[in-house]
Amino acid sequence: MLTRTRQAIARVRAFFRRADMDRDLQAELESHIAMRTEDAMRRGVPREQAERQARLELGGLTQIREAHQEVRGLPFLDALFQDLRYTFRTLRRDAGFTTFAILVVGLGIGASSTIFSVVNALLVRPLPFHDPGRLVWIANDGKENDLSGLTVPVGPFLDLRDNSRSYSDVAAYYAFYEEGDKKLTGYGEPERLSGVPVSQNLFPLLGVQPQLGRLFTAEECQGNQPVVLLSAGLWKRRFASDPGIVGRKLTMNDSAVTVIGVMPSSFDFGSVFAPGSRIDLFLPLPLTPEIDRRGNTLSMVGRLKPGVTIQQAQAEASVLSEPIRLRHTRDELRFTVGALGEHVRGRMRPALFVLACAVGVVMLIVCANLSNLQLARTATRQKEMAIRVALGAGRGRLIRQMLTESVVLACSAAMLGLILAVAGTRVLARLDAISLPLRESVHIDLGALGFTLLIAIVTGLVFGLVPALQVPTTAVHDALKDASRGSSEGRRHNWIRGALVVSEIAFACVLLVGAGLLIRSFLRVLDVNLGFRPERAAALRIDPSSQYSTQAKRNAYYDEALRLVKSVPGIEAAGLTDVLPLGHNRSWGAGAKDQSYSIEHPPPDVFVRIVSDGYLKAMGIPLRAGRDLTERDNASNKPVILINETLARALWHGRDPIGRTVTYVDKDREVVGVVGDVRHLALEQGSGYEMYLPIRQTDDYSSVDLVVRTTQPLSGLAPAVRAVLKPIEPNLGANEFRTLQQIVDKAVSPRRFVVLLLGGFSAFALILASLGIYGVVSYSVNQRTQEIGIRMALGASAADVQAAILLQTLWLTAMGMATGVVAAWILTRALSGLLFGVSSTDPVTFLGMLVTLTAVAVAAGYIPARRASRIDPIVALRAN
Amino acid sequence: MGESKSDILQGTLDLMVLKTLDAMGPMHGYGIARRIEQLSEEALVVNQGTIYLCLVRLVQKGWIKAEWGTSENNRKAKFYSISKAGRKQLIAETVNWERISGVIGRLLQC
Repeated sequence: MLTRTRQAIARVRAFFRRADMDRDLQAELESHIAMRTEDAMRRGVPREQAERQARLELGGLTQIREAHQEVRGLPFLDALFQDLRYTFRTLRRDAGFTTFAILVVGLGIGASSTIFSVVNALLVRPLPFHDPGRLVWIANDGKENDLSGLTVPVGPFLDLRDNSRSYSDVAAYYAFYEEGDKKLTGYGEPERLSGVPVSQNLFPLLGVQPQLGRLFTAEECQGNQPVVLLSAGLWKRRFASDPGIVGRKLTMNDSAVTVIGVMPSSFDFGSVFAPGSRIDLFLPLPLTPEIDRRGNTLSMVGRLKPGVTIQQAQAEASVLSEPIRLRHTRDELRFTVGALGEHVRGRMRPALFVLACAVGVVMLIVCANLSNLQLARTATRQKEMAIRVALGAGRGRLIRQMLTESVVLACSAAMLGLILAVAGTRVLARLDAISLPLRESVHIDLGALGFTLLIAIVTGLVFGLVPALQVPTTAVHDALKDASRGSSEGRRHNWIRGALVVSEIAFACVLLVGAGLLIRSFLRVLDVNLGFRPERAAALRIDPSSQYSTQAKRNAYYDEALRLVKSVPGIEAAGLTDVLPLGHNRSWGAGAKDQSYSIEHPPPDVFVRIVSDGYLKAMGIPLRAGRDLTERDNASNKPVILINETLARALWHGRDPIGRTVTYVDKDREVVGVVGDVRHLALEQGSGYEMYLPIRQTDDYSSVDLVVRTTQPLSGLAPAVRAVLKPIEPNLGANEFRTLQQIVDKAVSPRRFVVLLLGGFSAFALILASLGIYGVVSYSVNQRTQEIGIRMALGASAADVQAAILLQTLWLTAMGMATGVVAAWILTRALSGLLFGVSSTDPVTFLGMLVTLTAVAVAAGYIPARRASRIDPIVALRAN
Repeated sequence: MGESKSDILQGTLDLMVLKTLDAMGPMHGYGIARRIEQLSEEALVVNQGTIYLCLVRLVQKGWIKAEWGTSENNRKAKFYSISKAGRKQLIAETVNWERISGVIGRLLQC
């Protein structure tokens, strides 16, 4: 054992001290020859003959040196380095091929590594919390996107926390925080910040420690203490990472709050719990009866005790739901428990799965393409190979040489790919317009590096294997002859090349169909009737400040604001709302007064919007019957309400709803108008029940957005509106203007993200497939130059030759498409969850794909066909 | 390419080199080659180059040591001497060799 180790170390040292050792050996051998010669001369042999004899007896110096190297060093590495040197020389000589290969493989590897990083960050890497496997998301059992239906009131939260045995702790945050709720003034440019009220135990439960200062105390969470924790992002951006920030007093919403700490940069609340939004602050959430009266407002996070499964926790939660519901006299309360990781990332899984598969297919196409190119090169290098075989190189050695070459190519390409991937992930992590959970944490890490290296080696081996196996076996003689004739280089080769191109086309088919289906879905989504018209409209937060302390004062403020804004030239309409479409949603149970409801037949859950007169016009929501709200719908007049068509149908089944009464939370309102449905939840989702309450008749809202519609370009609007509102609201921030189109864009951003990537992949695939077709057809034209020349000499016209070659192209394409269509037919089923308004076997998409591919194939085949038709028979026949 | 021949020889050649160095003290490569040649009375034709392959292997195993010195004719030469580990190995190999040759000898007699 000791001997083995010593020998291994000595071999490694010898490998690195090759020159020294060779010199040593040389000297030793020379002294050997000299001594031998002297011995012989002493016996009377003449010097020259003695020396020749000595050399003969010793054997060839070069052979001894090589054998010596092999015995003392690392022969495997020696061969590898030899191969590498040879490879670099060959590749440098073939610069065109090398560049193309590195480009193609680099793009493929770049795409793969980027997708890998995305999948890794979004699906694989654990959530950035302590022991995230035991964290669970506890929600009310409601409809997706209806925040009211998914949250619970304070009372049931406390009961669950105190009575369940499954959790070591349960925490909550206030889900109805509004983005831009907290207005920071008195510190540079005024800015609206987003703050989430959290229960005292949320951060300890998640295992997050502040990087500066401390977390909330129990006492601070009892009353509404004016303390605040800053996010790392805000601290860096707004306060230049001031280490003395703790203890500083800031003015927020016109009152003083004290900064008690700064959260670490690894903690990004928004990216986990509210994808696409930026959370700047955390506030204490008082678990008081006052918050309880606001109804369903809390989202809950629990930490399971060790050994408790989610199923057990769910079973317990199901048992606890009913008594808790009765105790708090709620209509609907059913706790559902799921892994927090699943809640955060579950929805992205199908899309990312599709992207990962797509990038895999792209890599297969890349490999097929490169294989084909390598094959073409091997064909022209047959002679070189044959000579090397003749000189004594084993077939295994040559195959190894070929594989080394392709792996080196792939690894060089991987460097390009890595650069692309770093750039890609960086762009992605910074694209705030895309609302994907955990997007900010996408980056190239060690795992991605390892993956890139692995995929480079595998790619190199895969695309190098088929060409490497074409290395001549024993028939050196034939190979030399074959190559020199440049003719029957083999049906076998042509067959393999054809098969590679067919498979490329088939793969491209699958990608094109997938991308086509998603693009069509995307267009359908964009085409959806939103119920409002986003173009030429924008929104601006104008919450009344604390000085407007009574409803009358607030109404006066609204009157003034609307009057001032309407004076801006180009403004067509202006109105107020507490919630814009595609944002937060809350719902109340509301029914017709002339009907009776019970626990078994509860009134429908209706989405609530608090709006002013002019809002419908500003949004472009059509009024179907009755009248719009007016300035006179205020507290001193009769309570009124607008409802949407769906709610009108549900409550009164086609009878005229105008003048009837809607009841919610013991309040009655007369229906004065019916409006069109608005897609408030998501573009892909119907509107549900909606009602609009006059802002002048209620206090039940927490934010106010001013919506304006203009005839002018939107770009100049923001400064004009800010200027005109200055007298009553001097502290409007610069970043508060949002066009409605931006809001819609953000809502479709995850879909757009998938469509863009998949579209890019399939475009790349299409280019590669067309290059593949071009390569094969053009190669076969080159090979058949003589044959074509003979045909033309015998009377075939240029058109005949062109037709024959185009036919060959179409034949390859048809085979590829036939395979591809069948594969796509089966595989696109996996897409069905991502589609909207098209079926996974949508004939238009399939037909479009066939037309596109055929067109591309004809174009790719046309160039060599044209060249073939211009062959001059005389030149062609004389050529060889 | 003669690989099989040297393979068979390898263990034997190792033993011969070790024994020679043990018996004769430090020697250079040519000396070892000459000595083996003389002792085998030309019965064993060793390609002299292979001696050096054997020597470098034994050095790497730590059984012999190499040092540059001057020969009897005032010529610069590399001298090899057996090490402690080499002696141990020689004893083990000798025992082994005698056992095997004994077995083979008995086998061939009947």
